[in-house]
Amino acid sequence: MPKLSYLKALNRALGDAMELDPSVFLLGEDIRVAASNLTAGLSSRFGPERVIDTPLSEQAFTNFATGAALAGMRPVIEFQIPSLLFLVFEQIANQAHKFSLMTGGQCKVPVTYVVPGSGSRTGWAGQHSDHPYTLFAHVGVKTVVPATPSDAYGLLVSAIRDDDPVVVFAPSAALGVRDDVDFSTLAPVPLGVGRVARSGRDVTVVALGHLLQDALVVADELAGVGISVEVFDPRTVYPFDVDGLAASVAKTRRLVVIDDSNRTSGFAAEVLALAAERFTLDAPPRRVTRPDGAVLPFALALDRAVQPGRDQLVAAINAVLEDQ
Amino acid sequence: MTADDLGRTAPHAVTVDLYRAVRLIRRFEERAIEFVRSGEIVGGIHPYLGQEAIAAAVCAALTSADVITSTHRGHGHVLARGADPGRMLAELMGRETGLNKGRGGSMHAADFSLGILGANAIVGAAASIATGAAWAYRQQGRDTVAVTFFGDGAMNEGMLLEALNLAALWQVPVLFVCENNGYATTMPVGSAVAGSITARARAFGMPAFTIDGQDPETVLKASTAAVARARSGKGPMFLECLTYRFDAHHTFEHRARLDYRSPGEVAAGRARDPVAIQGARLPERERAAVDSEVEAALDAAAEFALGSAHPDPADPLKYLYAVMP
Repeated sequence: MPKLSYLKALNRALGDAMELDPSVFLLGEDIRVAASNLTAGLSSRFGPERVIDTPLSEQAFTNFATGAALAGMRPVIEFQIPSLLFLVFEQIANQAHKFSLMTGGQCKVPVTYVVPGSGSRTGWAGQHSDHPYTLFAHVGVKTVVPATPSDAYGLLVSAIRDDDPVVVFAPSAALGVRDDVDFSTLAPVPLGVGRVARSGRDVTVVALGHLLQDALVVADELAGVGISVEVFDPRTVYPFDVDGLAASVAKTRRLVVIDDSNRTSGFAAEVLALAAERFTLDAPPRRVTRPDGAVLPFALALDRAVQPGRDQLVAAINAVLEDQ
Repeated sequence: MTADDLGRTAPHAVTVDLYRAVRLIRRFEERAIEFVRSGEIVGGIHPYLGQEAIAAAVCAALTSADVITSTHRGHGHVLARGADPGRMLAELMGRETGLNKGRGGSMHAADFSLGILGANAIVGAAASIATGAAWAYRQQGRDTVAVTFFGDGAMNEGMLLEALNLAALWQVPVLFVCENNGYATTMPVGSAVAGSITARARAFGMPAFTIDGQDPETVLKASTAAVARARSGKGPMFLECLTYRFDAHHTFEHRARLDYRSPGEVAAGRARDPVAIQGARLPERERAAVDSEVEAALDAAAEFALGSAHPDPADPLKYLYAVMP
């Protein structure tokens, strides 16, 4: 079977969506030459009217996309850097997201925002390394963080077809992931549906985006010492697949979440709150996150020290298995 | 009346239509203020009193294919674009029959069936939305011009300056209408804008003119030319309409009595009244007939709004998503 990389899967999703629907067009900085490679080949395939390079005016072009969506288009915006989402938080959370309710359902705003390279990019330091998916989930914007090439394809296609704004975080550390994929099986993946990435009995680990690979490696290692880890990939941060996680936890009755958000009010905090309200557990759940209020320091050892890692995950799993 | 009709319509009919429009907005706002005082409208409003000529005349220059975006001070634009006064008033009262089914209120009134892409409560935000909509309609082969209304305060929002750049760069058929009423809330324009408003627009390579925003026929003439230019593919244009806000920034001022305009200045500002200016162009009897017509329409609007049901609180987040997650 051919290999498909995560980044190539996103690129393929864009091309397929544009082929299928003439109202889909791309907007962003340096996308004609495909500086991030997300849009490689699309400018020559679809022309400059559908692959539009913008000036460095993130706020205006994000609202521009909202206006185009109100007029019946399906814009996809690429943000090269995750922290640009802070710059356009108003335009997404306060404009695009609110139009449907505020107008009493008179309109829809089907815009997709894609960040090919969210989270730490190794050496890009404080202002280029954030992972703010929790912020969008908090305000109720549909938010997906694919972990695998097939999901990257399927979730991006679904995001573009969705009639609401959707933010797609493609973690930098996942872009190079390659899987054997039969291209004929690539298909839309519905928003809000998680998946059990590895079946197990003793503990459920919730892992999102690039951290799925870490969770799977840890699960493999622990299998060697007789610990059976189930890995649940929610795929969508909001809306969250409560039923999918509930089914997993009903079996394992133990829960650990690994999450590349800062700790306070992060995604992991939400999953743990959900567990407290809804699940019956045999031990208090644990979370592995970035520290409170973390700013990613530049030096590589410091950068790594701030990110949730495999050793912390192993420790958390051992802790919930020891707690009774 | 549309821009296409202008040449053929008898000038007198235009005069009457403009008077009806400014009078309707004036009396709607005066009645809305009463409903704020009586508690039927909660949250207050930003009255459009004094600026009626701009909304009335710019919207008179448009065709049914065109679209507008509005502001927190948006009642005039929405009414001038043809929204039903009863449904508009019902929206201000938060009723289910309102334009937005009571989900938007004064600062978010929209009627997409009339090309009103919404009033926007974030200063300067709608300019880039209007630019995107106008661009999209052109891509679809539609003959649409977008008009975006905003105030002098918006001239200091970076997002608005970015929108001017995008519109000029991509030759988007959008008309920027700056209603310079002298104040961003309480901040005088002279203390807030360095250089000149139109010079900023011209710096992006689009024509920009300052006009008398109190005379409806002056505004109509300028906006008709600007809309025709945009429609012909020559790109965006900018009109600065000099006007004066007769009443409060927001009705909370009726109680707060903020001290930032002298009584003399307010009196001088109110002396150039667009309703009086346009009314003087009609024979007395005809003007009185329009006035009665407007009162009757607003009586009916009030009856409709006051008699309309409140939304059901059992489902407060209806319409939050086009597709419920």
